[in-house]
Amino acid sequence: MNEVLSTSQLGNDDNVDLVQYLTFMMDDEEYGIEILSVQEIRGWESMTSIPNSEEYVKGVINLRGTVVPVVDLRIRFNLSKFDYNELTVIIIVKVMIDKKTKIMGIVVDAVSDVYNIEKQKAKKAPDIGDSETKNYIEGLINVGDKMVVLLDLEKVLLI
Amino acid sequence: MSIDLSQFYEVFIDESFEGLETMESELLNLSPGDVDSEIINNIFRAAHSIKGGSGTFGFNAIANFTHVIETLLDEIRNGERELAANHVDLMLKSIDCLRNMLRSIQNNDEQESQEANTLRVQFEAILEQKNTTDDSNTSNSDAVATQPESNGVASKQTKIQITNFFEIKFNPESHVFKTGNEPLFIFEDLAEHGELSVEANIKGIPELDNLVADDCYLGWTINLDTTSDEETVKSVFEWVEDDAEIEIKLVAQFEDEIEVESELDEIEASKHEPSLTESSTSVDLASATPATTPESLPTDNSKQNDSATSDPVKAEFRPVQKASTDNKKEPTKQESSSIRVGTDKVDSLINMVGELVITQAMLNELGEDEQIDHAKLLALREGLAQLAHNTRDLQENVMRIRMLPISFVFSRFPRLVRDISQKLDKKVDLVLKGEGTELDKTVMEKISDPMVHLIRNSLDHGLETTPERLAAGKSEAGKVILNAYHQGGNIIIEIIDDGRGLNTEKIRSKAIENGLITEESVLSNQEINELIFKPGFSTADEVSDISGRGVGMDVVKRNINALNGTVEVVSEPNKGSTFTIRLPLTLAILDGQLVKVGNHIYIIPLVSIVESLQIDMSKVNSVGGGMDVLRLRDDYIPILRMHQLFNHPEACQKLQGGLLVVVESDNEKVGLLVDELLAQQQFVIKSLEENYKKVDGISGATILGSGSVSLIIDISSVVKMAGLKRAGHVGLDFDKPLSEAV
Repeated sequence: MNEVLSTSQLGNDDNVDLVQYLTFMMDDEEYGIEILSVQEIRGWESMTSIPNSEEYVKGVINLRGTVVPVVDLRIRFNLSKFDYNELTVIIIVKVMIDKKTKIMGIVVDAVSDVYNIEKQKAKKAPDIGDSETKNYIEGLINVGDKMVVLLDLEKVLLI
Repeated sequence: MSIDLSQFYEVFIDESFEGLETMESELLNLSPGDVDSEIINNIFRAAHSIKGGSGTFGFNAIANFTHVIETLLDEIRNGERELAANHVDLMLKSIDCLRNMLRSIQNNDEQESQEANTLRVQFEAILEQKNTTDDSNTSNSDAVATQPESNGVASKQTKIQITNFFEIKFNPESHVFKTGNEPLFIFEDLAEHGELSVEANIKGIPELDNLVADDCYLGWTINLDTTSDEETVKSVFEWVEDDAEIEIKLVAQFEDEIEVESELDEIEASKHEPSLTESSTSVDLASATPATTPESLPTDNSKQNDSATSDPVKAEFRPVQKASTDNKKEPTKQESSSIRVGTDKVDSLINMVGELVITQAMLNELGEDEQIDHAKLLALREGLAQLAHNTRDLQENVMRIRMLPISFVFSRFPRLVRDISQKLDKKVDLVLKGEGTELDKTVMEKISDPMVHLIRNSLDHGLETTPERLAAGKSEAGKVILNAYHQGGNIIIEIIDDGRGLNTEKIRSKAIENGLITEESVLSNQEINELIFKPGFSTADEVSDISGRGVGMDVVKRNINALNGTVEVVSEPNKGSTFTIRLPLTLAILDGQLVKVGNHIYIIPLVSIVESLQIDMSKVNSVGGGMDVLRLRDDYIPILRMHQLFNHPEACQKLQGGLLVVVESDNEKVGLLVDELLAQQQFVIKSLEENYKKVDGISGATILGSGSVSLIIDISSVVKMAGLKRAGHVGLDFDKPLSEAV
C-alpha cells in the first residue's frame, strides 16, 4: 500500500492530515469511509425485517446482544439491485447521529483496500447528477489511477 | 497538593439524601413528651454527618443550617429541653428545605435560600428562648451555648468588635495522614478566620534512615488573630481531635470600634437580617410558641439597628434571595444514576464468576483433545450443563443487583400520610407490610407517583371523617395498609383502606353523565368499580387540592400499564377498598407470546393478551370502511390485520379460521389477526431505538434462542396505527371510538 509514501510525508510536514480510509466496491465504483468508524466486517446473514421501513433498511441483526439496523447502500444510492453472494459483506460502523453514538451495518458488494488519504486533496463532488446522493459525498480523490468516492457516513446513515 | 473535591459531590449528595430520609422516618417515630434517646441519637448522627460533609465540601449554607438543627437536637438529647410538637414540625420542614438545597447543589447553583434563613431564625428563636429563661443551663453544654452566643456577639458588633489572639499548639500523632487528614487544609481553614502565622516544630524529625515516609513528625505552633470565638476555632480541628494534641490558648483580646462591612463576621451577621425583618411574622405564626416574642425582641431591635448601618451589604444580598426563590419554584427532578449494592450481592457475584472461570477452564481442556471418546463426551456434557447452570445463576444475580427493597418507596409515605391527614383532619393509622420485598430500581422510580396518587385518594375519598366513622361504628382512626409481596414473576402492591368503599350508585350516575355508559347498560358492581379508571372521571363532590382534579385514576392506570403492569380495585360498601397493583419485577424481562405473521415472528406481551381464539365467520360483521368486528360475548372487537399494518403481503389474509389474539390496551379490546401462535417464554428486552429509531407498532426487540432478532409489538401503538389508517371511522359500540383513543 502507500505505507512508504505516508511515512515520508509525515516526516516532512506535520500539517498533512493523513487519514486512513477503508474502501469497498459497489457497482464497480470504489467508495471510502474513515477506518476509525469501522467496528468490524461480517459476512451476509439473514436478518429480521422492520415493518413499514424504507426499502434500504434491510432489517436488524443481533450483534452479540445488541440490535443493529442494516442499510443496503446500493438501494440507498439508487444503484441497480444486486443479489447477495458470498462476497457481500456487512460493514459494522459507529456513527454520531443526533449527538448519539449509533452502531449500524451497511451492506456493500465487497471490501477493497485501506488507503492513507490526504483529506485536503479531496475534490468536491461536481454539482450535477442525483442531488440526494451528492449530499452523501464528502469528496473525490485519486489513489494511483483510481478514483475513490469518500463518503460522509453520518449523512448516509441519517435515516 | 490539592484534591478535586467535586468528584465526591455525588457521593456526598447521595449520602445526605439517605441521611435526610433516616432523619425523616425517625422524626415520625418520635412522639412529644416521650423521648426515646436512641431515636434522637439516630437523628443527631444523621444531621451531624450531613453537617460534617457539607462543611468539608464547602457547602456552608447547609453546614450552617444543619448546625442549628443539631444544636436543638443536642439540647433535647441532653435532656435540657422537652421535645415539643412544633420542634418536630420545624425539623420536618427543615428536612424538606435541606433536600431543596441539596438539589440546587446538584444543579450547581448553591444559594443560601430564603427558606433556610426563615427556618434558621425559627430555630434560633427556640434556642434563644431557652437561654434567656434558663441561664444556668448554658454552661452545661458548649455546643448549645455557642450558637446563640456567637449570634449575640455578631449582632452587637455594630458597636464593638472583639479580636481574639489565639496561640494554638497542634501536635498531631504520627499516623495522622493515614486517617486522611492534611494539616495544610486545617491551616487554610484557619486562615479564613483571620491572620495566621504558623511555625513548625521540627525537633521530632528522625534521622533519614529511620524516617517512615507516611508518618507525621511535625508539630506546629499557630498564632491566629481572629474575630471568631474559641469554639469556632476549635471546630476547625474537629476531624483531628482524636489524633492530635490540641491546645488552644486565648492570649489576648481586644475590643475595637468597628467599621461596617469590613469584617467577615459582619457580613455573616447581616445575612440573617433581611430574612428576619421580612419573616418575623412567620416566626410567631409558625413556631406557635407564645414565648417567642419578649425574649427575642431585643435581638430583633439590635439587628434592625444593624440593618440601618449595613445597607450596602444588604443590597448585595438581595439578588441572591431572588435567585433562590426562582429555583425553588422548579426543583428539577433528581436523577440519580448510582446504585448502592449490598456487599453480599457483590460477593455472591464474584463467587459465581469464579465458578464460571473454572468451568470455562475445564471445557477448554476438553476442547483441546484431538480425540473425543465416550468418557470425554460425558465430561463435556457435564461441563456444558454446569456452564448452563452457572450462566443462569449469574443472570439471576446480576438482576438482583438492580433490585432494591420497596421500603425505598414506602418510606416516604408515613410523612405523606401525616401531612395529608393533618390537612384533612382525619385520624389515620398507616401500616406498612412487606417492606423487604425487592423490585427493580427503574420500576421503583416509576411506581412512586401512581402510589402517591392512590394513597391520597384513599385518604381523601376512601376514609370517612372521624364523626362519620364513629357513627358507622368504626374505630376513630382510619386504617390504611400498604402491602407488598411477590407472586410468580410479579410484585403485588396492595393499598387497603377500611373506609366507606366505592359508591357504585354514584359512579354509575357519574358515568352516565359523562357518557361512559348508557342508562340501559347492565353492569356488575365490579364492572362499575372499574369505571373509575376511565379518563375524565372524578366523583369528589368538591375538588380538593389533595385529589380530584379530574385527572385521576386513568393517569394512574396508564402509568402502571406503561410499566407492563395492571391495577385493579375491589371494594365493599362500608368495609373499604383494596387497590391492587401488579407489576413485573423488572423492566428488562418480559413474558411474551411468540406469534407468526407471514414469515416474520413477533412477540406480544403476555400481560396485554386477554385470550386467543379461532375466528368463527358467523360472528364477524363488516361495519364499513374496511373494518370488521367480531362479536365476542357482549363485546364487539375490531379485527386488526397484522399483515396489513406491518405490510407483509405473504401472510394469510383470510379471516375464516384465522387466529385472533384478543388484546387489551388503554381499556380498549382489539383482535390481532396472526398466522400462527408459537411458544410463550420470557424475553430480555433490547432497545431498537438505541441504534435505529422509533418504529410504529413496535416497542422494542429481543433475541430469540436461535440468535435472531424478534420485534415486540406495542399494542397501544398498533391500535393507534389502525385508528390513523381509518381516521374518521366512528360508530362502533365502544366506550370510546378508536380514533379518539389516539
